[in-house]
Amino acid sequence: MEQLRTIGRELAMGSQGGWGQSKEFLDLVKSIGEARSKAEEDRIIARELEHLKRRLADPDVPRRKMKELLLRLVYAEMLGHDASFGHIHAVKMTHDESLPLKRTGYLAVALFLDERHDLVILVVNTIQKDLRSDNYLVVCAALTAACRLIGEEAIPAVLPQVVELLAHPKEAVRKKAVMALHRFYQRSPSSVSHLVSNFRKRLCDNDPGVMGATLCPLYDLILEEPNSYKDLVVSFVNILKQVAERRLPTSYDYHQMPAPFIQIKLLKILAVLGSGDKQASGHMYTVLGDIFRKGDTASNIGNAILYECICCISSIFPNPKMLEAAAETTSKFLKSDSHNLKYMGIDALGRLIKINPDIAEEHQLAVIDCLEDPDDTLKRKTFELLYKMTKSTNVEVIVDRMIEYMINITDHHYKTEIASRCVELAEQFAPSNQWFIQTMNKVFEHAGDLVNIRVAHNLMRLIAEGFGEEDEGADSQLRSSAVDSYLRIVGEPKLPSSFLQIICWVLGEYGTADGKYSASYIIGKLCDVAEAHLTDDTVKAYAISAILKIFAFEIALGRKIDLLPECQTLVDELSASHSTDLQQRAYELQALLGLDKNAVESVMPADASCEDIEVDRNLSFLNSYVQQALENGASPYIPESERSGVISVGSYRSQEQQETSAHTLRFEAYEMPKPSLPLATSQTSISTPTTDLVPVPETGYYKEDHQTSRSQPPGDAVSGEFGVKLRLDGVQKKWGRPTYSSSTPSSSTSSQQTTNGTSHSDGGGSSSQPRESSYGSKRQQGTEVSAEKQRLAASLFGSAAAKADRKAQASRKTAKDSPSTEKVATTNVTAQPVKEQVIPAAPPPDLLDLGDEPVSSNPPLADPFSQLEGLLGPASAAPVLSGTPATGASKAPDLMSIFSDDVPTGVASGSTDPTLGDVNSTSSHKGATAVASKKGPSLQDALQKDATARQVGVTPTGNNPNLFKDLLG
Amino acid sequence: MIQAVMVISTQAKPRLLKFYNFQPPEKHQDLVRSVFQLLSARPDSVSNFVKVDSIFGPGTKMVYKHLATLYFVFVFDSSENELAMLDLIQVFVETLDKCFKNVCELDIVFNFNKLHTILDEMILGGQVIETSSEQIMKSVEEIERLEKQSSTTSFIPKSITERFTR
Repeated sequence: MEQLRTIGRELAMGSQGGWGQSKEFLDLVKSIGEARSKAEEDRIIARELEHLKRRLADPDVPRRKMKELLLRLVYAEMLGHDASFGHIHAVKMTHDESLPLKRTGYLAVALFLDERHDLVILVVNTIQKDLRSDNYLVVCAALTAACRLIGEEAIPAVLPQVVELLAHPKEAVRKKAVMALHRFYQRSPSSVSHLVSNFRKRLCDNDPGVMGATLCPLYDLILEEPNSYKDLVVSFVNILKQVAERRLPTSYDYHQMPAPFIQIKLLKILAVLGSGDKQASGHMYTVLGDIFRKGDTASNIGNAILYECICCISSIFPNPKMLEAAAETTSKFLKSDSHNLKYMGIDALGRLIKINPDIAEEHQLAVIDCLEDPDDTLKRKTFELLYKMTKSTNVEVIVDRMIEYMINITDHHYKTEIASRCVELAEQFAPSNQWFIQTMNKVFEHAGDLVNIRVAHNLMRLIAEGFGEEDEGADSQLRSSAVDSYLRIVGEPKLPSSFLQIICWVLGEYGTADGKYSASYIIGKLCDVAEAHLTDDTVKAYAISAILKIFAFEIALGRKIDLLPECQTLVDELSASHSTDLQQRAYELQALLGLDKNAVESVMPADASCEDIEVDRNLSFLNSYVQQALENGASPYIPESERSGVISVGSYRSQEQQETSAHTLRFEAYEMPKPSLPLATSQTSISTPTTDLVPVPETGYYKEDHQTSRSQPPGDAVSGEFGVKLRLDGVQKKWGRPTYSSSTPSSSTSSQQTTNGTSHSDGGGSSSQPRESSYGSKRQQGTEVSAEKQRLAASLFGSAAAKADRKAQASRKTAKDSPSTEKVATTNVTAQPVKEQVIPAAPPPDLLDLGDEPVSSNPPLADPFSQLEGLLGPASAAPVLSGTPATGASKAPDLMSIFSDDVPTGVASGSTDPTLGDVNSTSSHKGATAVASKKGPSLQDALQKDATARQVGVTPTGNNPNLFKDLLG
Repeated sequence: MIQAVMVISTQAKPRLLKFYNFQPPEKHQDLVRSVFQLLSARPDSVSNFVKVDSIFGPGTKMVYKHLATLYFVFVFDSSENELAMLDLIQVFVETLDKCFKNVCELDIVFNFNKLHTILDEMILGGQVIETSSEQIMKSVEEIERLEKQSSTTSFIPKSITERFTR
């Protein structure tokens, strides 16, 4: 319905002539607007495109019409339809002499093509010509197109002209030339590097606009190498000072701020130049202080500048006075009602705590409010802040919060990010292994598929290695609690694969260790897992290996085992599996069942996942075998270094010899050298000891298995496999060697032979990162996350100051006192309330130290806010009153004045508006303006006023009364 | 650097698309769709900033303004200031308002080439070059004037002029 109404307006416009668009275009838009389905719309546009195709190719179309046709083509393309047939017409049109056509051509070309497109080469010539044009508009159009279309190869073609234009009399052209040069620099720094000095020159341009434009490329250049621009610090500071002091023409003002975008760019540049440079920073303090003092917190752009100032201060060499000013402004942001400002406040806080972590304490409640805000953006920003301020004392609360939030989000990208952050924090700061494992379980349960598999291996290692302390009892307790929790979870549907792998591995390794669960119970569970995940070979492999381990342990203990029927089916199924890895595992299981106790014990020692396995790199146990072979006339082994390329075949042979019972193979190698060649190279590339693979046939029992498995793939495939295997083994000494069971399926049959641990293919390579050893400070703090924000705040922030005390002892009173004493320095009110505080840890009063008594008794949630507002009111009302006495009341009238020229026209066009009169949105807007105007009069309250001012200035959603009020009547 | 400017109607129709980092045309609709999904899911009276790394690549942020039936969206990276971008949208809309006298969605539909002209005066190669709506209007009017001057001769069919130029 609404569309129909708009069409009414449309037709009215059409009759007025509007912007010279034809009836046809109006009809097109109209019919698209009326289309009821996407299919119908597609049909309409397809018809239109057919029509355009015909007309564009028609040589008798007037040129003016051509412009419109091309615009219609752009329109169709914007709606997502392929209009590539028209690209050539667009290119042709750029050649046209008439300005409107040329500009339209450039517009279309810039929208359709990119620098790699074939047709661009046809445009470059035109751009070249147009850059030399007398008409500055043509030059501007060419520069705009050049920014878009000139790629690396074409830069030299236009570069001389662009450089010439830097001295063009028109400032608009100079500005665009600077930008074009900047763009070239971005595309290919090397081709413009000799011209970089031009940017410095342009910084002194008479026109402030050109100077402002020059800041963009300079910012990029300075980011790259700040040191070669240190000499400009003083100039930048001077410029900033002049701008801030309103020395620029008033035409550069924006909402009463002098050239705010130039200020922001300058502040960004100074932030880079002053970073870690005390001397350079010294020049900046004065001007920064000035800007803070003049800061206008009532307007959006004023806040933008203040925020940029904070960024600058947090980046340059710290100065206590500046930091104080920055912290003050930050707290204004945080206390604001506007979500945008809160967002900026949180961001600013994140920057400031890097310099002074205590600043966060003051704003704890505000931060927690942001954390619970319905606004997702704000919430995520707050999590970012929390992530930055995590320590071992508050990690539990923060990670719990993160996980809680993570569970409910659907956005995979962000879920991955937050999951990996949880893992990172937990790994770095975990107070106890128990907690770490629980946390990891939660992460895996809800986002297992999104987490790096390395994390899973880390967790397994942790469970296997335990605390790394002497206390065996604690370790086994940890394991049995892990087993307990996994047995509970395992039945749940839709568990991520990596989590199931962990579960299977832990159950296999420790399921029966404490004797609480019977072997058949665990095996039953494992069979269920394997059955429930038919498509996941990795999980099945883990499950069958776990079963094998449990059988092995049972046999080793001398108990009798009976194969459950479901287990039998599983084994049968897997022995016929397409995956050779699964087959191998199944056959091994069957083979193992037939072995006697001693054999099983040496094949599969209990709880040996952490034992280091000595790799005998010299293969000394083969010496006798080699000796024998030599005596039998075999040629001796030639080390790789001594081999020449020609002999490589021979060396291959000698390896083969070692690998299996050799002599026959030797002749084969001679007969068909071709296939062996690549193999030889692959082996040399593996570097060092190819011999490593020989430890394989360690136990006699496995030999049969190898032979069966080896008989399947062709010989060289196997040895190729070995090569790969070897490389992984080379990365030895990683935790990830728990048992063979965790070998990835990709490592196929050969991995199996290494039963006793040589196959660490799984985690070996990836998990080199050791866990941070921060367990020392195992402070149990804030585990009881109550609903109360106060407590949350306490657990999040409170510990910051008290950290030192905590190491010694966990006496809560001292912990509580120490921050308060520190606080005394800044405020004199806090000390009292703290004593009365019942809740342990951390002083919530911090936040409220501006207020007084009521603080002491756990103020309700609303409390801090009203106080903040009371505080804020006078503070921000003052500048408004003094700064713009005429408009004093609020920002609204201020803005209105900008539009005051439009008011009469708004009335005039009121006659056409009635068509829109009954549109829903109109009425809502009316309502909105009504509300706003209502707010206006009730100004007695300084608070209210302030709130309104903010609203008008910064939160335009739905109702920006000033902007669209007159549009919609 | 500003990476994209989009104007999307509340009906999810693109009204203006301008990418400063080239995006292949076939990707445009996906981008519009995902941006619109994001926007329509956001309640009123929350902040105007959204992180969009999942759509536009790491580090990208988006500032939007919902005015009448349109979303004005600016996508940019870390070298810009969010609040300033919000004001840039304001400049853009103010300029449109001056240009069309009470701008409405239809003005924007029919005159998207005009919007491009305005944007080209404000942003070049992803960098802000002009933030005063008066200045922008001046340039745009100048362009218009010159275009009108030179378009007086343009009623001659294409084939004829082509013959001349050859």
